[in-house]
Amino acid sequence: MSKRPPALFKAPTGIQGLDEITGGGLPAGRPTLICGSAGCGKTMLAMEFLVRGATQFGEPGVFMMFEENAADLTANVRSLGFDLDKLAQQKMILLDYVHIERSEIEETGEYDLEGLFIRLGHAIDSIGAKRVVLDTVEALFAGLPNHAILRAELRRLFRWLKDRGITAVITGEKGESTITRYGLEEYVADCVIILDQRISEQICTRRLRVVKYRGTAHGTNEYPFLIGERGFSVLPITSLQLDHKASVARVPTGIERLDEMLGGQGVFRGSSVLVSGSSGTGKSSIGAKFVDAACSRGEKALLFAYEESSAQIVRNMRSIGIDLEPWLKKGLLQIHASRPTLHGLEQHLVMMHDAVRSFRPAVVVADPISNLTFERREPEVKPTLMRLTDFLKQQQITTLFTSLNSGGGATLEDSQMGVSSLMDTWLLLRNVEFNGERNRTIYVLKSRGMAHSNQVREFVMSDEGVDLVDVYAGDDRVLTGTARVAQEAHERAADEVRQQDHRRKLLHLAGKRKAIEAQIAALQVEAESEAAEVNFAIAQETLLEKTALQNSKAMAHLRGGAAGSNGQAKG
Amino acid sequence: MKHNASGAARLDATGTGAAPHGAAGYLLQLYIAGTTSQSARAIANIRKICEEHLEGHYELEVVDISQHPALAQGEQIVALPALIKKFPLPMRRFIGDMSQTARILRGLDLREETVKASSARRP
Repeated sequence: MSKRPPALFKAPTGIQGLDEITGGGLPAGRPTLICGSAGCGKTMLAMEFLVRGATQFGEPGVFMMFEENAADLTANVRSLGFDLDKLAQQKMILLDYVHIERSEIEETGEYDLEGLFIRLGHAIDSIGAKRVVLDTVEALFAGLPNHAILRAELRRLFRWLKDRGITAVITGEKGESTITRYGLEEYVADCVIILDQRISEQICTRRLRVVKYRGTAHGTNEYPFLIGERGFSVLPITSLQLDHKASVARVPTGIERLDEMLGGQGVFRGSSVLVSGSSGTGKSSIGAKFVDAACSRGEKALLFAYEESSAQIVRNMRSIGIDLEPWLKKGLLQIHASRPTLHGLEQHLVMMHDAVRSFRPAVVVADPISNLTFERREPEVKPTLMRLTDFLKQQQITTLFTSLNSGGGATLEDSQMGVSSLMDTWLLLRNVEFNGERNRTIYVLKSRGMAHSNQVREFVMSDEGVDLVDVYAGDDRVLTGTARVAQEAHERAADEVRQQDHRRKLLHLAGKRKAIEAQIAALQVEAESEAAEVNFAIAQETLLEKTALQNSKAMAHLRGGAAGSNGQAKG
Repeated sequence: MKHNASGAARLDATGTGAAPHGAAGYLLQLYIAGTTSQSARAIANIRKICEEHLEGHYELEVVDISQHPALAQGEQIVALPALIKKFPLPMRRFIGDMSQTARILRGLDLREETVKASSARRP
């Protein structure tokens, strides 16, 4: 039993996030000190370490408690779904309540804690325990007056546990100026974890920090943690590196014209989309359409609603032709509606984690995330959302967040909580107020890794659904709504007039051409007749000439008398 | 005798057993771990106290918890040596090598007069 495991061997806790921070778990075969003030979750953490060790890693464990009795503890952890009775029957967990009543005890000379050693040793041997929790061993200080003996014995106890190769968790109450009230950290030097509970803006946040972990690298930050329905969850920020896969597959948004704006195919699978805009710009509708489209493709979708109840969403979306009810019935869609003020941001995050883990959706919509961050300071919000988006990206889940711009969205960067940089695609919805009406416009502010339209489109919701329409962009202005329709009608009318004018002009031209052609024909005829006359005259003259020549020849013949035919003259 | 009936076979009962602890009898259990000098001192000390002050109406069981570790949990054993006054009620515990006689006597509800009287009775 005294065989010691290799120095850096680690005992996984199975607790969400904690293994990531500690690089694999607590130091195996060594004691770990967990300390914190009352009610910050020491016992829960220790218990979960033991239960998960028993259920997930096949390592039986002994829980030795000094403050709470076994029945109370069993009842308390049942709420986390841990059935200690069953585990005890299976000899995977052994509970031992060490009760010391100061008033019953009288010191009469020298003593030691051999009884505790024997008791613990017996417990360990009887189930072959690999893990031990001592919760809170400091209670002994209250029960036993001789602290000098106690300190020496506790030192011996921790060394003894180490020699036996037991992975031990020792809890301790936070002290005034020391890590623990009785300075247990002096004895347990291998790994020290501090739990802390803080109230900020009336919302309680619990935090965990690994103060010390001998012989290994560990996350040194403070990490928020929660005790949720499935036990402990620590939310590490930095443990998730930017190593998620980048899918080239596309996910249609459900709005064809919007897909067209996004390079014709929609967003990348596993990317995150931010839809921001002031109230009433149609953010939720885009979210609902996105969900609807996913479900129609047979994919699972998860909708986190922080403004409306599930039934209200279904009813309201029906009014714009999106029927979510069948998807809910088929189990393709889950709607988690809750008031954002119900929990702290981290708690919401864990609930989202839990829901995503159990439902395994392809698409997640959170509507709106800005509500979650109600009255929260920005430095807190960003890492939390970063964790969420990273988590969802790792799962290759396409995410759509909506975000409410306060103040009418005068400037783009307003109230985006600095999350826009986390988003791959950012759609901006704006209300355009003009001509006595409000109209919704949409444009793609950014979309990483794809050619996207730079055009403003009008976003139209009707009982047939949502669609995008080209806005009227001409005469140096952009028109939407009825103004667009009027302008278009106006344009059409003007067009008509212009075309009629053209036709008239053409007709006129044709008439003119005909007249000219007639003139040409007349002139041609005249020319021809003139030419004929000229020819006639020429012919006449030629004939006369000829005749004259012949006459003169004849005369000459007659006169000269070559032939003596003098009298044959011609006239 | 019913108190030690359960563990009688394993217990190293060294009491005189002259009187049952019914009326004024005491049932004491001394838990030790192994044969250390501390254990030996505790046994010697408590025996002396019992014989001097409770002669004839006490029963003392000495239990080596290292031989019977299963008993430790039920008896809430932490510090050793430990003496448990099982009877008469209220139950009381003493830890240490039983070297502080006065404290033990006070804890056993033996009044000063009784202590004095019994001391006086001694030859």
